[in-house]
Amino acid sequence: MSDHSHQDIAKHVKIYITVFVALLVGTIITVALNYLHFDSMALTIAIALFVATIKAALVACYFMHLISERKMIYLIMAFTVFFFIGLMFLTLGAHYDYPPNTTTL
Amino acid sequence: MEIPYTAQPRKDTGLYNAKVGIWLFLASEVMLFGGLFSAYILLRVGATPGTWVHGLLNIPIGTFNTAVLITSSVTVVLSWAALKVGNFGRYRFYQAITILCALGFLGIKSFEYREKFSHYEVWLNQPVTVTRGGQEVQTDRLLGHIEYQGHHPAFWSTKTLAEKQVESFKFTPDPIHYKMTPKEMAHARKTAAGRKAEEFEFKAADVKRLSAFVPGHSTYFALYFTLTALHALHVLGGAVVIFYIWGPGAKMWKTDPERYTNRVEVSGLFWHFVDLVWIFLFPVLYLL
Amino acid sequence: MQATSPKQSHAGHAEAHHEEPGFWSKYIFSTDHKIIGIQYGLTALTFLLFGFCLMLMMRWQIAHPGQPVPLVGPLLAKVLGGVAAGGVMSADLYNSFGAMHGTIMVFLAVVPLAFGAFGNYVVPLMIGAPDMAFPRVNMASYQAYVVGGIIMFVSFFIPGGAAQAGWTSYSPLATSIPTDGQTFWLVGMIFLITSSLLGAVNFIATIIQLRAPGMTWMRLPFFVWAQFVTGFLLLLAFPPLEAAGLMQLMDKVAGTSFFLPTGLAVGGQLADVSGGGSPLLWQHLFWFLGHPEVYVLILPAMGIVCEVISNNTRKQIWGYKSLVYSSLAIGFLSFIVWAHHMYLTGMGTKISTFFQTTTMIISIPSVIILTCFFISLWGGSIRFNTPMLFALAFLPMFGIGGLTGLPLGFSASDLHLHDTYYVIAHFHYVVAPGTIFALFAGIYYWFPKMTGRLMSEYWGRVHFWGSLIFMNVVFQPMFAQGMAGMIRRMADGGANYSLARVPDAIGGLSDTIMSLHTLILWGGIGLGLVQIPFIINVFWSIKHGRKVTSDNPWDATTLEWQTPTPPPHGNFAAEPTVHRGPYDYSLPGKAKDFTPQNEPDQGGKH
Ligand code: HEM
Ligand SMILES: [Cu+2]
Repeated sequence: MSDHSHQDIAKHVKIYITVFVALLVGTIITVALNYLHFDSMALTIAIALFVATIKAALVACYFMHLISERKMIYLIMAFTVFFFIGLMFLTLGAHYDYPPNTTTL
Repeated sequence: MEIPYTAQPRKDTGLYNAKVGIWLFLASEVMLFGGLFSAYILLRVGATPGTWVHGLLNIPIGTFNTAVLITSSVTVVLSWAALKVGNFGRYRFYQAITILCALGFLGIKSFEYREKFSHYEVWLNQPVTVTRGGQEVQTDRLLGHIEYQGHHPAFWSTKTLAEKQVESFKFTPDPIHYKMTPKEMAHARKTAAGRKAEEFEFKAADVKRLSAFVPGHSTYFALYFTLTALHALHVLGGAVVIFYIWGPGAKMWKTDPERYTNRVEVSGLFWHFVDLVWIFLFPVLYLL
Repeated sequence: MQATSPKQSHAGHAEAHHEEPGFWSKYIFSTDHKIIGIQYGLTALTFLLFGFCLMLMMRWQIAHPGQPVPLVGPLLAKVLGGVAAGGVMSADLYNSFGAMHGTIMVFLAVVPLAFGAFGNYVVPLMIGAPDMAFPRVNMASYQAYVVGGIIMFVSFFIPGGAAQAGWTSYSPLATSIPTDGQTFWLVGMIFLITSSLLGAVNFIATIIQLRAPGMTWMRLPFFVWAQFVTGFLLLLAFPPLEAAGLMQLMDKVAGTSFFLPTGLAVGGQLADVSGGGSPLLWQHLFWFLGHPEVYVLILPAMGIVCEVISNNTRKQIWGYKSLVYSSLAIGFLSFIVWAHHMYLTGMGTKISTFFQTTTMIISIPSVIILTCFFISLWGGSIRFNTPMLFALAFLPMFGIGGLTGLPLGFSASDLHLHDTYYVIAHFHYVVAPGTIFALFAGIYYWFPKMTGRLMSEYWGRVHFWGSLIFMNVVFQPMFAQGMAGMIRRMADGGANYSLARVPDAIGGLSDTIMSLHTLILWGGIGLGLVQIPFIINVFWSIKHGRKVTSDNPWDATTLEWQTPTPPPHGNFAAEPTVHRGPYDYSLPGKAKDFTPQNEPDQGGKH
């Protein structure tokens, strides 16, 4: 995109560095929390995935410039994410909906 | 007629061709890893209690590797920013770091792999007594290392014992087993630290099943190796492309700088995606 | 592939810069979408014939269990050895042929023909583009397809033969068969999937980016829309199967247990695997592709039918917008109906209700599309040429296929029909007299553009009427067999069951039901015979067909007819500008009954 001026880029670079630091901090948080050993596995999973999602969002939005991308890209990715979720949760739903004693299949 | 929009964006979409292409490709990659993550979830929630392997990977190394990959991601985007302002030298510098990081990541990963291949679980016909977390427990399943004729062999399985006509081998058990909760494992590791490990001499006839930490060990390791190997292939592929653009392909910077910058951006998008996958793989495989 | 903005690229000049490339780079390693389209077409037609021959041998065998196959029997025995001892197909060989018939027809014949061949040749021309957006990716896509095809073909000749577990390759069966056929199948599939993904990226990017000036979304011919949606289906549905294929490959070669449950016994013995896997996981991932795949088969066919019908009724297609939105709706919904193939896995009622509901909803847009086509016929002065005959026959044939899908969509009735010949009849009605008829229509319709000559009308008609009759002779009896309870994939065609039956029990495999095998066999032989005029017609017409007198022999409106014949490298002499929708036929006040998309309005409104 040629609509970037030099100042723009300088500003971008600052953002990139900030995001980089945030990613490192996120990693440290996830690992540190892991050494705390919560009693609830669900909580552990929830926190770890929450932090990972934030990190992923940072990468996608800033490194991959999704935050200022064109409509067409948004459209494509929106459908993809929707089907991704469909695949994951419908299979999981089906798994939990099997009558008792058949779930080991 | 020539193909338009290879360098300049098309007016109504605001995009050049390769940008559309790479995002479409990434969409399919999302679904590829989506299929694998679905498998992970389904196999994990369907696992019989006590059979899911956890806590056996080297977290410090994994954390370090995560940092390596994050670093490479930021250098990719910085190198692109450098090109945007026409600074080819700075671009070359940052992208060299990227490539080094990629190689570092792969090197560390293969070291981790090798460590796993000579680490074992043994299922015994008769339970034995071991110390775990300061207590004596009876168990018929041990994790640990094998010593046979002075070597620490890799890739052994139940079949190997018969093939090599092994009569007996030395086994040094770990103080933990994945049947324990993370808390119990941490406690057991702490109490065992500094103490000399027990040693066993197992006869081949005592062994019901023997498996190194290879894909066939369990669904967890099957997933671990499949996911990380596929990811590593992506790292390798990405590094090759970035290197090509950085080295032999750099002539284009002279002839068509705009298109060259696009190439750097597109390869960068792929690279960030690979990083993004790892951001999920790391907690899912190492921590949970 | 230099970077040029559209303004600079100027007509005519382009030609002068190109020196004549040699044979290899022109025909084998070409990056020209038209050559690649033709390569795809010829390869796919070859596989279509091959897949058909496999099935013909199987049909003969189940009509005559235990007897040697005539003509080819000795050849089978010689080439394949023990599995065809004495020229009789063993059950193993029957299973191989069945699995490979399905695989070849779906992944190596119909999809490459519908998407790879027609999509490649026609889409860039229709949208006024010089080529695909990524010509070299396009070539790579074709090459991956060929490699996949070769791997599949070679697998017939390895010890133990080709894959035997059906085109659906359900685990643990697929993994526990001790031969290597399945490994070849999986590696082949990975190439084919890669090919489709590369193709899909290319098609979608081309349609988004390379539409000529004025070619707005709502001026795209419906065929392009159909390919666009198809591209998305391939792009997003195939990767989970690729993931599943990788996992099954790991199960097969690395001893993992992704799809192998705890306590799995093979041949009466506990298998030496870790267990803990899930056979249902394979089914989910397979059908997540499998269902969208059936729309990959049908959407391009609908696109072709739409073009042919509009052209030969000399009318605007009725309900263009409904067609577009319906195809988008189909594309969207086809991702959330997959588990209707899994009702009989003991699925719970909540999830089953969800999938029954979505399955019923998805039939609505299909019906809308069909209805639009039917209404389009109303009041047209129809030209009954060969392409039109095939397109017309598509309508009722697809109708039968679609309607018979409804009972399968309800789990209550599917309980009885699942895995019987009824299902076989259902999907063959949509794919064979449905999609393949549409593909024939496309071949007859676009042949003059590709070669500059017309195919013979007389032999076209012979081909059409023969195919129509014999298709129905083959597939109609299967509904009866299925409802009588005949299960699919039985190497003896149910002979064992029919012997064991209680003489006057209702619904057993009676003699009448069993004798239908013979009828189907002769239907199949007839179907094969009437393809001979078609094959000869294609090759004969390339050299000796009647020459077209204009670039637009059908008086069509869409852009592919507004180029030289056959179109040169780069397609258009000058970039076309589009002024109107795709189907402006019989506009009042015009001298001709068709107005090409690139014809400017002659001052003011009309
Ligand atoms: C229009 C509405 C349709 C409905 C409601 C429908 C429904 C179904 C259902 C429920 C099944 C599973 C039957 C079973 O295994 O018991 C099935 C099988 C199948 N359908 Fe359809 N279908 C429709 C259209 C199509 C179309 C358009 C195609 C292809 C072009 C198609 C191709 C197939 C194939 C290939 C199978 C069999 C897969 C196998 O088990 O090998 N269907 N259909
Ligand atoms: Cu379906």
